Amino acid sequence: MSATMTATLPRLLLGIDSERALSLEDHLAVHGPMPVLDAGTRRRFGRHGNPGGALVQEIERAGLRGRGGASFPTASKMRAVMAAAGKPIVVVNATEGEPASVKDRLLLQSLPHLVLDGAVLAAKAIGAEEAIVCVCETNADLHSVQRAIGERRCLREGVQLQFSVVPNGYISGQESALVHHLNGGPALPTFAPPMPFQRGVQGRPTLVSNAETLAHMAIIARQGAEWYRQLGTPTQPGSALVTLSGPIAHPGVYEIEHGASISSLIDAAGGLSATVRAVLIGGYAGTWIDARAMHGVALSDEHLAPFGASVGTGVIALLSAEACPVAETARLMRWLADQSAGQCGPCVNGLHAIASTFAQVATGSAGAGAAQNLARLISLTRGRGACRHPDGAVRLVQSAAQVFGEELANHAAHGSCAACGRHAEMPLPAWSNDAREDRTRRTRGLARSSSKLRVGARA
Amino acid sequence: MSRRVVVNPIACEAHGMCAELLPERIALDDWGYPIVDGRPLSAEMIEHARRAAEACPTFALLIQADGTPIRASSGASQPAPPTVRNVRRRPEPVIRRQTRSDLRR
Repeated sequence: MSATMTATLPRLLLGIDSERALSLEDHLAVHGPMPVLDAGTRRRFGRHGNPGGALVQEIERAGLRGRGGASFPTASKMRAVMAAAGKPIVVVNATEGEPASVKDRLLLQSLPHLVLDGAVLAAKAIGAEEAIVCVCETNADLHSVQRAIGERRCLREGVQLQFSVVPNGYISGQESALVHHLNGGPALPTFAPPMPFQRGVQGRPTLVSNAETLAHMAIIARQGAEWYRQLGTPTQPGSALVTLSGPIAHPGVYEIEHGASISSLIDAAGGLSATVRAVLIGGYAGTWIDARAMHGVALSDEHLAPFGASVGTGVIALLSAEACPVAETARLMRWLADQSAGQCGPCVNGLHAIASTFAQVATGSAGAGAAQNLARLISLTRGRGACRHPDGAVRLVQSAAQVFGEELANHAAHGSCAACGRHAEMPLPAWSNDAREDRTRRTRGLARSSSKLRVGARA
Repeated sequence: MSRRVVVNPIACEAHGMCAELLPERIALDDWGYPIVDGRPLSAEMIEHARRAAEACPTFALLIQADGTPIRASSGASQPAPPTVRNVRRRPEPVIRRQTRSDLRR
Protein backbone atom coordinates (compact mmCIF):
# COMPACT_ATOMS: atom_id res chain seq x y z
CA MET A 1 0.00 0.00 0.00
CA SER A 2 2.70 2.41 0.98
CA ALA A 3 4.44 2.05 -2.36
CA THR A 4 1.41 3.15 -4.30
CA MET A 5 0.77 6.25 -2.21
CA THR A 6 2.41 9.36 -3.52
CA ALA A 7 3.68 12.25 -1.49
CA THR A 8 0.76 14.60 -1.84
CA LEU A 9 -1.45 16.62 0.42
CA PRO A 10 -3.84 16.28 2.08
CA ARG A 11 -2.78 13.52 4.39
CA LEU A 12 -4.67 14.11 7.62
CA LEU A 13 -7.51 15.97 5.93
CA LEU A 14 -7.92 13.26 3.28
CA GLY A 15 -11.60 12.52 2.69
CA ILE A 16 -12.79 15.26 5.05
CA ASP A 17 -16.47 16.13 4.81
CA SER A 18 -17.38 19.59 6.01
CA GLU A 19 -20.98 18.52 6.68
CA ARG A 20 -20.46 15.56 8.99
CA ALA A 21 -17.92 13.45 10.84
CA LEU A 22 -16.37 10.56 8.93
CA SER A 23 -17.89 7.30 10.17
CA LEU A 24 -15.68 4.37 11.10
CA GLU A 25 -16.53 2.65 7.85
CA ASP A 26 -15.73 5.71 5.73
CA HIS A 27 -12.60 6.40 7.71
CA LEU A 28 -11.27 2.86 7.16
CA ALA A 29 -12.15 3.14 3.47
CA VAL A 30 -10.05 6.31 3.19
CA HIS A 31 -7.03 5.31 5.27
CA GLY A 32 -7.14 1.51 5.19
CA PRO A 33 -7.51 -0.90 8.10
CA MET A 34 -5.87 -0.39 11.49
CA PRO A 35 -2.30 -1.65 11.31
CA VAL A 36 -1.64 -4.64 13.55
CA LEU A 37 1.16 -4.45 16.10
CA ASP A 38 1.49 -8.17 16.46
CA ALA A 39 3.79 -11.15 16.13
CA GLY A 40 4.77 -10.10 12.62
CA THR A 41 6.41 -6.95 13.87
CA ARG A 42 7.73 -8.81 16.89
CA ARG A 43 9.61 -11.14 14.57
CA ARG A 44 11.28 -8.14 12.94
CA PHE A 45 12.01 -6.31 16.16
CA GLY A 46 12.23 -9.29 18.51
CA ARG A 47 14.78 -7.82 20.87
CA HIS A 48 12.30 -5.21 22.08
CA GLY A 49 10.01 -7.88 23.46
CA ASN A 50 7.16 -5.41 23.12
CA PRO A 51 5.37 -5.30 19.77
CA GLY A 52 4.82 -1.59 20.33
CA GLY A 53 8.58 -1.03 20.17
CA ALA A 54 8.32 -1.27 16.39
CA LEU A 55 5.82 1.56 16.22
CA VAL A 56 7.93 3.74 18.51
CA GLN A 57 10.91 3.09 16.24
CA GLU A 58 8.88 3.95 13.17
CA ILE A 59 7.71 7.19 14.82
CA GLU A 60 11.29 8.03 15.72
CA ARG A 61 12.40 7.42 12.14
CA ALA A 62 9.52 9.56 10.90
CA GLY A 63 10.78 12.37 13.17
CA LEU A 64 7.34 13.10 14.58
CA ARG A 65 7.25 15.93 17.10
CA GLY A 66 4.40 17.04 19.35
CA ARG A 67 1.93 19.48 17.79
CA GLY A 68 0.67 21.06 20.98
CA GLY A 69 3.27 23.83 20.86
CA ALA A 70 6.38 22.46 22.56
CA SER A 71 7.46 20.32 19.59
CA PHE A 72 8.89 17.57 21.80
CA PRO A 73 9.99 14.35 19.99
CA THR A 74 7.04 11.97 20.34
CA ALA A 75 9.11 8.78 20.34
CA SER A 76 11.23 10.04 23.26
CA LYS A 77 8.10 10.80 25.22
CA MET A 78 6.70 7.33 24.53
CA ARG A 79 9.97 5.69 25.57
CA ALA A 80 10.01 7.68 28.80
CA VAL A 81 6.50 6.48 29.61
CA MET A 82 7.44 2.89 28.77
CA ALA A 83 10.50 3.07 31.02
CA ALA A 84 8.55 4.30 34.04
CA ALA A 85 7.13 1.81 36.51
CA GLY A 86 3.41 1.03 36.45
CA LYS A 87 0.58 0.51 33.96
CA PRO A 88 0.64 3.48 31.58
CA ILE A 89 -2.33 5.52 30.39
CA VAL A 90 -2.85 7.77 27.34
CA VAL A 91 -4.35 11.27 27.47
CA VAL A 92 -5.45 12.83 24.17
CA ASN A 93 -4.99 16.55 24.56
CA ALA A 94 -7.58 18.32 22.45
CA THR A 95 -8.24 21.14 24.93
CA GLU A 96 -6.84 23.71 22.48
CA GLY A 97 -6.71 26.70 24.81
CA GLU A 98 -5.11 28.75 22.04
CA PRO A 99 -7.85 31.20 21.01
CA ALA A 100 -6.73 31.49 17.37
CA SER A 101 -6.38 27.74 16.79
CA VAL A 102 -9.22 25.44 15.74
CA LYS A 103 -7.27 22.52 14.26
CA ASP A 104 -7.89 20.09 17.13
CA ARG A 105 -11.57 20.96 17.16
CA LEU A 106 -11.73 20.32 13.41
CA LEU A 107 -10.00 16.94 13.81
CA LEU A 108 -12.41 15.77 16.51
CA GLN A 109 -15.42 17.20 14.76
CA SER A 110 -14.76 15.83 11.30
CA LEU A 111 -12.11 13.11 11.60
CA PRO A 112 -12.55 11.66 15.10
CA HIS A 113 -11.45 8.18 14.09
CA LEU A 114 -8.06 9.37 12.86
CA VAL A 115 -7.35 10.78 16.34
CA LEU A 116 -8.79 7.69 18.06
CA ASP A 117 -6.68 5.43 15.79
CA GLY A 118 -3.62 7.29 17.04
CA ALA A 119 -4.77 7.04 20.65
CA VAL A 120 -5.35 3.29 20.36
CA LEU A 121 -2.04 2.71 18.57
CA ALA A 122 -0.12 4.81 21.10
CA ALA A 123 -1.82 2.95 23.95
CA LYS A 124 -0.94 -0.43 22.48
CA ALA A 125 2.61 0.64 21.74
CA ILE A 126 3.29 1.70 25.32
CA GLY A 127 1.24 -1.09 26.89
CA ALA A 128 -1.72 1.01 28.06
CA GLU A 129 -5.31 -0.18 28.14
CA GLU A 130 -7.00 3.19 28.64
CA ALA A 131 -7.06 6.45 26.74
CA ILE A 132 -8.87 9.61 27.79
CA VAL A 133 -9.89 12.20 25.17
CA CYS A 134 -9.87 15.66 26.77
CA VAL A 135 -11.67 18.64 25.28
CA CYS A 136 -12.38 22.06 26.78
CA GLU A 137 -15.85 23.18 27.89
CA THR A 138 -16.38 25.19 24.70
CA ASN A 139 -15.96 22.02 22.66
CA ALA A 140 -17.98 19.82 25.02
CA ASP A 141 -20.66 19.69 22.32
CA LEU A 142 -18.46 17.48 20.15
CA HIS A 143 -20.84 14.55 20.01
CA SER A 144 -18.84 13.26 17.05
CA VAL A 145 -16.21 12.00 19.50
CA GLN A 146 -18.63 10.16 21.75
CA ARG A 147 -20.32 8.66 18.69
CA ALA A 148 -16.94 7.60 17.31
CA ILE A 149 -15.97 6.01 20.63
CA GLY A 150 -19.25 4.09 20.52
CA GLU A 151 -18.64 2.97 16.94
CA ARG A 152 -15.29 1.48 17.89
CA ARG A 153 -16.65 -0.76 20.63
CA CYS A 154 -17.31 -3.50 18.05
CA LEU A 155 -13.63 -3.51 17.11
CA ARG A 156 -12.67 -4.94 20.54
CA GLU A 157 -9.31 -3.21 20.40
CA GLY A 158 -8.43 -3.82 24.02
CA VAL A 159 -8.13 -0.09 24.72
CA GLN A 160 -10.87 1.57 26.72
CA LEU A 161 -11.66 5.04 25.36
CA GLN A 162 -13.09 7.75 27.59
CA PHE A 163 -14.16 11.34 27.10
CA SER A 164 -13.45 14.12 29.56
CA VAL A 165 -14.34 17.82 29.60
CA VAL A 166 -11.74 20.21 30.98
CA PRO A 167 -12.54 23.77 32.20
CA ASN A 168 -11.78 26.53 29.69
CA GLY A 169 -8.50 28.30 30.14
CA TYR A 170 -5.31 29.10 28.29
CA ILE A 171 -3.20 26.97 30.63
CA SER A 172 -5.69 24.19 31.39
CA GLY A 173 -4.31 22.23 28.42
CA GLN A 174 -0.80 22.34 29.85
CA GLU A 175 0.35 18.77 30.40
CA SER A 176 0.53 18.77 34.19
CA ALA A 177 -2.65 20.88 34.49
CA LEU A 178 -4.52 18.28 32.47
CA VAL A 179 -3.20 15.49 34.69
CA HIS A 180 -4.06 17.51 37.79
CA HIS A 181 -7.60 17.94 36.53
CA LEU A 182 -8.02 14.25 35.65
CA ASN A 183 -6.86 13.39 39.16
CA GLY A 184 -9.66 15.48 40.61
CA GLY A 185 -7.77 18.74 41.19
CA PRO A 186 -8.14 22.10 39.49
CA ALA A 187 -6.87 22.34 35.89
CA LEU A 188 -3.71 24.19 36.93
CA PRO A 189 -0.09 23.22 36.34
CA THR A 190 1.83 21.41 39.06
CA PHE A 191 5.48 21.55 40.06
CA ALA A 192 7.71 18.95 38.39
CA PRO A 193 9.00 16.40 39.35
CA PRO A 194 7.18 14.17 39.05
CA MET A 195 6.58 14.73 35.35
CA PRO A 196 3.37 13.21 33.90
CA PHE A 197 5.40 10.49 32.18
CA GLN A 198 6.69 9.41 35.60
CA ARG A 199 3.56 9.78 37.71
CA GLY A 200 0.48 11.18 36.07
CA VAL A 201 -3.19 10.20 35.96
CA GLN A 202 -3.98 7.92 38.92
CA GLY A 203 -0.27 7.92 39.69
CA ARG A 204 0.44 5.99 36.50
CA PRO A 205 2.99 6.85 33.79
CA THR A 206 0.97 9.07 31.46
CA LEU A 207 1.46 9.84 27.79
CA VAL A 208 -0.14 13.23 27.14
CA SER A 209 -0.30 13.79 23.38
CA ASN A 210 -1.91 16.46 21.27
CA ALA A 211 -4.79 15.30 19.05
CA GLU A 212 -2.95 16.24 15.85
CA THR A 213 0.18 14.37 16.96
CA LEU A 214 -1.90 11.21 17.38
CA ALA A 215 -3.52 11.71 13.97
CA HIS A 216 -0.04 11.81 12.44
CA MET A 217 0.81 8.67 14.38
CA ALA A 218 -2.18 6.93 12.82
CA ILE A 219 -0.92 7.58 9.30
CA ILE A 220 2.73 6.84 10.12
CA ALA A 221 1.69 3.45 11.51
CA ARG A 222 -0.08 2.73 8.22
CA GLN A 223 2.30 4.18 5.66
CA GLY A 224 5.67 4.02 7.36
CA ALA A 225 8.37 6.55 8.16
CA GLU A 226 9.85 6.74 4.68
CA TRP A 227 6.56 7.69 3.14
CA TYR A 228 6.00 10.23 5.90
CA ARG A 229 9.36 11.88 5.24
CA GLN A 230 8.55 12.46 1.57
CA LEU A 231 6.97 15.72 2.63
CA GLY A 232 8.44 18.41 4.83
CA THR A 233 12.04 19.27 5.62
CA PRO A 234 14.72 16.81 6.78
CA THR A 235 14.64 18.23 10.31
CA GLN A 236 10.86 18.60 10.42
CA PRO A 237 9.28 15.97 8.20
CA GLY A 238 5.67 15.61 7.24
CA SER A 239 2.71 17.93 7.15
CA ALA A 240 1.06 20.17 9.73
CA LEU A 241 -2.34 21.63 10.39
CA VAL A 242 -2.32 25.41 10.64
CA THR A 243 -5.10 27.85 11.48
CA LEU A 244 -4.97 30.89 9.21
CA SER A 245 -6.89 33.99 10.30
CA GLY A 246 -7.03 37.71 9.53
CA PRO A 247 -7.73 39.70 6.34
CA ILE A 248 -7.82 36.74 4.00
CA ALA A 249 -10.44 35.43 1.55
CA HIS A 250 -10.88 32.01 3.17
CA PRO A 251 -9.60 31.83 6.75
CA GLY A 252 -9.57 28.40 8.38
CA VAL A 253 -7.56 25.24 8.93
CA TYR A 254 -5.11 24.19 6.22
CA GLU A 255 -2.79 21.25 5.95
CA ILE A 256 0.63 22.37 4.79
CA GLU A 257 3.94 20.70 4.16
CA HIS A 258 6.58 21.79 6.68
CA GLY A 259 8.75 24.32 4.88
CA ALA A 260 5.93 25.66 2.70
CA SER A 261 6.07 29.45 2.37
CA ILE A 262 3.55 31.76 3.97
CA SER A 263 2.85 33.22 0.51
CA SER A 264 1.82 29.83 -0.85
CA LEU A 265 -0.52 29.37 2.11
CA ILE A 266 -2.02 32.82 1.53
CA ASP A 267 -2.50 31.98 -2.16
CA ALA A 268 -4.17 28.69 -1.25
CA ALA A 269 -6.52 30.63 1.02
CA GLY A 270 -7.63 32.90 -1.81
CA GLY A 271 -5.23 35.77 -1.23
CA LEU A 272 -5.21 38.77 1.08
CA SER A 273 -8.27 40.98 1.34
CA ALA A 274 -6.35 43.92 2.85
CA THR A 275 -2.78 45.09 3.32
CA VAL A 276 -1.07 43.23 6.13
CA ARG A 277 1.21 44.85 8.72
CA ALA A 278 2.50 41.72 10.46
CA VAL A 279 1.76 38.09 11.17
CA LEU A 280 1.62 36.39 14.56
CA ILE A 281 3.10 32.90 14.34
CA GLY A 282 2.80 29.98 16.74
CA GLY A 283 0.02 31.24 19.00
CA TYR A 284 -0.87 34.26 21.11
CA ALA A 285 2.23 33.57 23.17
CA GLY A 286 4.05 33.53 19.85
CA THR A 287 6.13 35.78 17.67
CA TRP A 288 5.30 38.75 15.42
CA ILE A 289 6.95 38.79 12.01
CA ASP A 290 6.94 41.91 9.86
CA ALA A 291 4.78 41.63 6.72
CA ARG A 292 7.70 42.93 4.65
CA ALA A 293 9.75 39.89 5.70
CA MET A 294 6.78 37.53 5.83
CA HIS A 295 6.39 36.42 2.22
CA GLY A 296 9.71 34.68 1.91
CA VAL A 297 9.36 32.91 5.24
CA ALA A 298 9.03 29.13 5.14
CA LEU A 299 6.85 27.49 7.77
CA SER A 300 9.28 25.22 9.56
CA ASP A 301 11.00 25.66 12.90
CA GLU A 302 14.37 25.79 11.17
CA HIS A 303 13.37 28.69 8.91
CA LEU A 304 11.46 30.48 11.65
CA ALA A 305 14.29 30.23 14.19
CA PRO A 306 16.08 33.42 12.96
CA PHE A 307 12.86 35.30 13.82
CA GLY A 308 12.74 33.63 17.23
CA ALA A 309 9.55 31.90 16.12
CA SER A 310 8.38 28.30 15.74
CA VAL A 311 5.36 26.67 14.12
CA GLY A 312 4.07 25.91 17.63
CA THR A 313 0.36 25.24 17.62
CA GLY A 314 0.14 26.25 13.96
CA VAL A 315 -1.48 29.63 14.49
CA ILE A 316 -0.88 32.06 11.62
CA ALA A 317 -2.77 35.23 12.48
CA LEU A 318 -2.48 38.08 10.01
CA LEU A 319 -2.87 41.63 11.28
CA SER A 320 -4.11 44.21 8.79
CA ALA A 321 -2.25 47.47 8.25
CA GLU A 322 -5.32 49.41 9.40
CA ALA A 323 -5.07 47.97 12.91
CA CYS A 324 -2.76 49.40 15.56
CA PRO A 325 -0.21 46.68 16.31
CA VAL A 326 0.71 48.31 19.62
CA ALA A 327 -2.87 48.33 20.87
CA GLU A 328 -3.39 44.75 19.67
CA THR A 329 -0.25 43.54 21.44
CA ALA A 330 -1.18 45.42 24.61
CA ARG A 331 -4.56 43.73 24.57
CA LEU A 332 -3.10 40.25 23.99
CA MET A 333 -0.49 40.80 26.68
CA ARG A 334 -3.14 41.85 29.19
CA TRP A 335 -5.12 38.75 28.30
CA LEU A 336 -2.09 36.48 28.70
CA ALA A 337 -1.35 38.07 32.08
CA ASP A 338 -4.94 37.39 33.09
CA GLN A 339 -4.55 33.80 31.94
CA SER A 340 -1.81 33.14 34.49
CA ALA A 341 -2.83 30.26 36.73
CA GLY A 342 -2.12 32.59 39.63
CA GLN A 343 0.15 30.09 41.31
CA CYS A 344 3.69 31.41 40.86
CA GLY A 345 4.63 34.84 42.19
CA PRO A 346 6.98 35.84 39.36
CA CYS A 347 4.32 35.00 36.74
CA VAL A 348 1.46 36.78 38.55
CA ASN A 349 3.48 39.90 39.34
CA GLY A 350 5.80 39.88 36.34
CA LEU A 351 3.19 39.44 33.61
CA HIS A 352 0.94 41.99 35.27
CA ALA A 353 3.78 44.52 35.46
CA ILE A 354 4.79 43.87 31.84
CA ALA A 355 1.19 44.22 30.63
CA SER A 356 0.75 47.46 32.59
CA THR A 357 4.02 48.95 31.39
CA PHE A 358 3.25 48.00 27.80
CA ALA A 359 -0.21 49.55 28.10
CA GLN A 360 1.39 52.74 29.45
CA VAL A 361 3.71 52.84 26.44
CA ALA A 362 0.70 52.36 24.17
CA THR A 363 -1.09 55.36 25.71
CA GLY A 364 2.04 57.49 25.96
CA SER A 365 1.99 57.69 29.75
CA ALA A 366 5.02 55.53 30.43
CA GLY A 367 7.65 58.29 30.57
CA ALA A 368 11.34 57.88 29.88
CA GLY A 369 13.09 54.60 30.54
CA ALA A 370 10.01 52.48 29.78
CA ALA A 371 11.95 50.34 27.31
CA GLN A 372 14.66 49.56 29.86
CA ASN A 373 12.03 48.88 32.50
CA LEU A 374 10.24 46.51 30.14
CA ALA A 375 13.47 44.65 29.35
CA ARG A 376 14.24 44.33 33.06
CA LEU A 377 10.75 43.02 33.85
CA ILE A 378 11.04 40.51 31.03
CA SER A 379 14.34 39.16 32.35
CA LEU A 380 12.78 38.96 35.85
CA THR A 381 9.81 36.95 34.61
CA ARG A 382 11.18 34.57 32.00
CA GLY A 383 11.75 30.97 33.09
CA ARG A 384 10.51 31.50 36.65
CA GLY A 385 7.13 29.79 36.55
CA ALA A 386 6.28 26.15 37.19
CA CYS A 387 5.09 26.00 33.57
CA ARG A 388 6.25 27.87 30.48
CA HIS A 389 3.34 30.32 30.35
CA PRO A 390 5.43 33.36 31.43
CA ASP A 391 8.11 32.47 28.85
CA GLY A 392 5.59 32.50 26.02
CA ALA A 393 3.93 35.71 27.14
CA VAL A 394 7.20 37.63 27.23
CA ARG A 395 8.06 36.31 23.77
CA LEU A 396 5.04 38.17 22.39
CA VAL A 397 6.19 41.48 23.89
CA GLN A 398 9.80 40.99 22.84
CA SER A 399 8.87 40.32 19.22
CA ALA A 400 6.51 43.31 19.27
CA ALA A 401 9.38 45.51 20.42
CA GLN A 402 11.45 44.30 17.47
CA VAL A 403 8.81 44.44 14.74
CA PHE A 404 6.82 47.50 15.86
CA GLY A 405 9.74 49.64 17.04
CA GLU A 406 8.62 52.66 15.04
CA GLU A 407 4.97 52.47 16.18
CA LEU A 408 6.08 51.96 19.78
CA ALA A 409 8.26 55.06 19.65
CA ASN A 410 5.36 57.06 18.20
CA HIS A 411 3.00 55.85 20.91
CA ALA A 412 5.51 56.55 23.66
CA ALA A 413 5.97 60.11 22.36
CA HIS A 414 2.46 61.06 21.23
CA GLY A 415 0.10 58.63 22.99
CA SER A 416 -2.68 56.62 21.37
CA CYS A 417 -2.95 56.73 17.59
CA ALA A 418 -6.08 57.01 15.44
CA ALA A 419 -6.13 53.25 14.85
CA CYS A 420 -6.01 52.40 18.57
CA GLY A 421 -9.75 52.88 18.85
CA ARG A 422 -10.58 50.47 16.01
CA HIS A 423 -12.27 47.22 16.87
CA ALA A 424 -9.77 44.57 17.89
CA GLU A 425 -8.69 42.16 15.17
CA MET A 426 -7.22 39.36 17.26
CA PRO A 427 -10.17 37.42 18.68
CA LEU A 428 -10.32 36.60 22.37
CA PRO A 429 -12.54 33.77 23.56
CA ALA A 430 -15.86 34.65 25.17
CA TRP A 431 -15.09 32.53 28.22
CA SER A 432 -12.19 34.73 29.29
CA ASN A 433 -14.57 37.36 30.72
CA ASP A 434 -16.36 34.86 32.97
CA ALA A 435 -13.12 33.43 34.26
CA ARG A 436 -11.53 36.78 34.97
CA GLU A 437 -13.21 37.54 38.28
CA ASP A 438 -12.45 34.09 39.59
CA ARG A 439 -8.79 34.46 38.69
CA THR A 440 -8.50 37.89 40.28
CA ARG A 441 -9.75 36.39 43.51
CA ARG A 442 -7.23 33.59 43.28
CA THR A 443 -4.21 35.73 42.47
CA ARG A 444 -4.84 38.44 45.04
CA GLY A 445 -2.92 36.54 47.70
CA LEU A 446 0.21 36.41 45.57
CA ALA A 447 0.41 39.97 44.35
CA ARG A 448 3.19 41.81 46.16
CA SER A 449 4.11 45.42 46.45
CA SER A 450 7.49 46.57 45.19
CA SER A 451 10.75 45.72 46.93
CA LYS A 452 11.08 49.23 48.33
CA LEU A 453 8.06 48.70 50.51
CA ARG A 454 9.32 45.31 51.57
CA VAL A 455 12.64 46.66 52.72
CA GLY A 456 10.84 49.34 54.69
CA ALA A 457 8.62 46.78 56.34
CA ARG A 458 11.55 44.60 57.30
CA ALA A 459 13.51 47.45 58.79
CA MET B 1 27.92 14.67 43.93
CA SER B 2 27.03 18.26 43.32
CA ARG B 3 23.88 19.77 44.71
CA ARG B 4 21.98 22.90 43.87
CA VAL B 5 19.02 24.78 45.24
CA VAL B 6 15.72 24.78 43.41
CA VAL B 7 12.58 26.68 44.26
CA ASN B 8 9.08 25.34 43.82
CA PRO B 9 7.46 28.53 42.49
CA ILE B 10 3.95 27.26 43.22
CA ALA B 11 4.65 26.68 46.91
CA CYS B 12 6.71 29.86 47.35
CA GLU B 13 4.92 32.74 49.10
CA ALA B 14 7.81 35.21 49.14
CA HIS B 15 8.66 35.06 52.83
CA GLY B 16 12.25 35.78 51.82
CA MET B 17 13.96 33.66 54.52
CA CYS B 18 16.06 31.86 51.91
CA ALA B 19 17.69 35.06 50.65
CA GLU B 20 18.68 35.94 54.24
CA LEU B 21 20.17 32.52 54.92
CA LEU B 22 21.75 31.78 51.55
CA PRO B 23 22.61 35.11 49.89
CA GLU B 24 25.38 33.35 47.93
CA ARG B 25 22.75 31.68 45.75
CA ILE B 26 19.48 33.50 46.31
CA ALA B 27 18.46 37.08 45.62
CA LEU B 28 14.97 38.56 45.77
CA ASP B 29 13.13 40.12 42.86
CA ASP B 30 10.98 43.28 42.89
CA TRP B 31 8.17 41.41 44.59
CA GLY B 32 10.20 39.46 47.11
CA TYR B 33 10.29 36.16 45.26
CA PRO B 34 13.62 34.34 45.15
CA ILE B 35 15.85 34.47 42.07
CA VAL B 36 17.85 31.28 42.38
CA ASP B 37 21.36 30.85 41.07
CA GLY B 38 21.39 27.26 39.82
CA ARG B 39 25.17 26.72 40.05
CA PRO B 40 26.29 23.79 42.20
CA LEU B 41 26.63 24.49 45.92
CA SER B 42 30.12 24.46 47.36
CA ALA B 43 30.79 22.13 50.32
CA GLU B 44 30.63 24.95 52.88
CA MET B 45 27.38 26.27 51.42
CA ILE B 46 25.46 23.01 51.77
CA GLU B 47 24.83 23.43 55.49
CA HIS B 48 23.54 26.97 54.91
CA ALA B 49 21.36 25.75 52.07
CA ARG B 50 19.92 23.05 54.29
CA ARG B 51 19.15 25.61 56.97
CA ALA B 52 17.50 27.86 54.41
CA ALA B 53 15.39 24.98 53.13
CA GLU B 54 14.31 24.09 56.65
CA ALA B 55 13.51 27.71 57.47
CA CYS B 56 11.18 28.14 54.51
CA PRO B 57 7.66 28.37 55.96
CA THR B 58 6.13 26.76 52.86
CA PHE B 59 8.93 24.24 52.20
CA ALA B 60 9.32 25.71 48.72
CA LEU B 61 13.12 25.60 48.74
CA LEU B 62 14.53 22.25 47.70
CA ILE B 63 18.05 20.93 47.51
CA GLN B 64 18.42 18.91 44.36
CA ALA B 65 21.02 16.21 43.98
CA ASP B 66 22.76 16.16 40.62
CA GLY B 67 21.03 14.43 37.75
CA THR B 68 17.53 14.30 39.13
CA PRO B 69 15.00 15.72 36.75
CA ILE B 70 13.30 18.86 37.90
CA ARG B 71 11.68 20.04 34.70
CA ALA B 72 12.35 19.84 31.00
CA SER B 73 13.97 23.20 30.40
CA SER B 74 13.03 26.81 30.35
CA GLY B 75 13.21 29.33 27.58
CA ALA B 76 12.81 28.75 23.89
CA SER B 77 15.38 25.99 23.65
CA GLN B 78 14.34 22.44 22.95
CA PRO B 79 13.83 20.36 26.11
CA ALA B 80 16.33 17.54 26.38
CA PRO B 81 14.78 14.12 25.88
CA PRO B 82 14.66 12.40 29.25
CA THR B 83 16.97 9.44 29.45
CA VAL B 84 15.74 6.16 30.79
CA ARG B 85 18.15 6.34 33.68
CA ASN B 86 16.85 9.74 34.70
CA VAL B 87 13.32 8.54 34.66
CA ARG B 88 13.88 5.61 36.95
CA ARG B 89 15.96 7.32 39.56
CA ARG B 90 13.90 9.04 42.20
CA PRO B 91 15.05 12.43 43.45
CA GLU B 92 17.23 11.93 46.47
CA PRO B 93 15.40 13.35 49.49
CA VAL B 94 17.95 15.58 51.12
CA ILE B 95 15.37 17.06 53.41
CA ARG B 96 12.11 15.43 54.18
CA ARG B 97 9.40 17.50 52.59
CA GLN B 98 6.99 18.17 55.38
CA THR B 99 3.42 19.08 54.67
CA ARG B 100 1.15 21.32 56.61
CA SER B 101 -0.66 18.31 58.03
CA ASP B 102 2.65 17.11 59.50
CA LEU B 103 2.92 20.33 61.42
CA ARG B 104 -0.57 20.13 62.80
CA ARG B 105 0.03 16.63 64.10
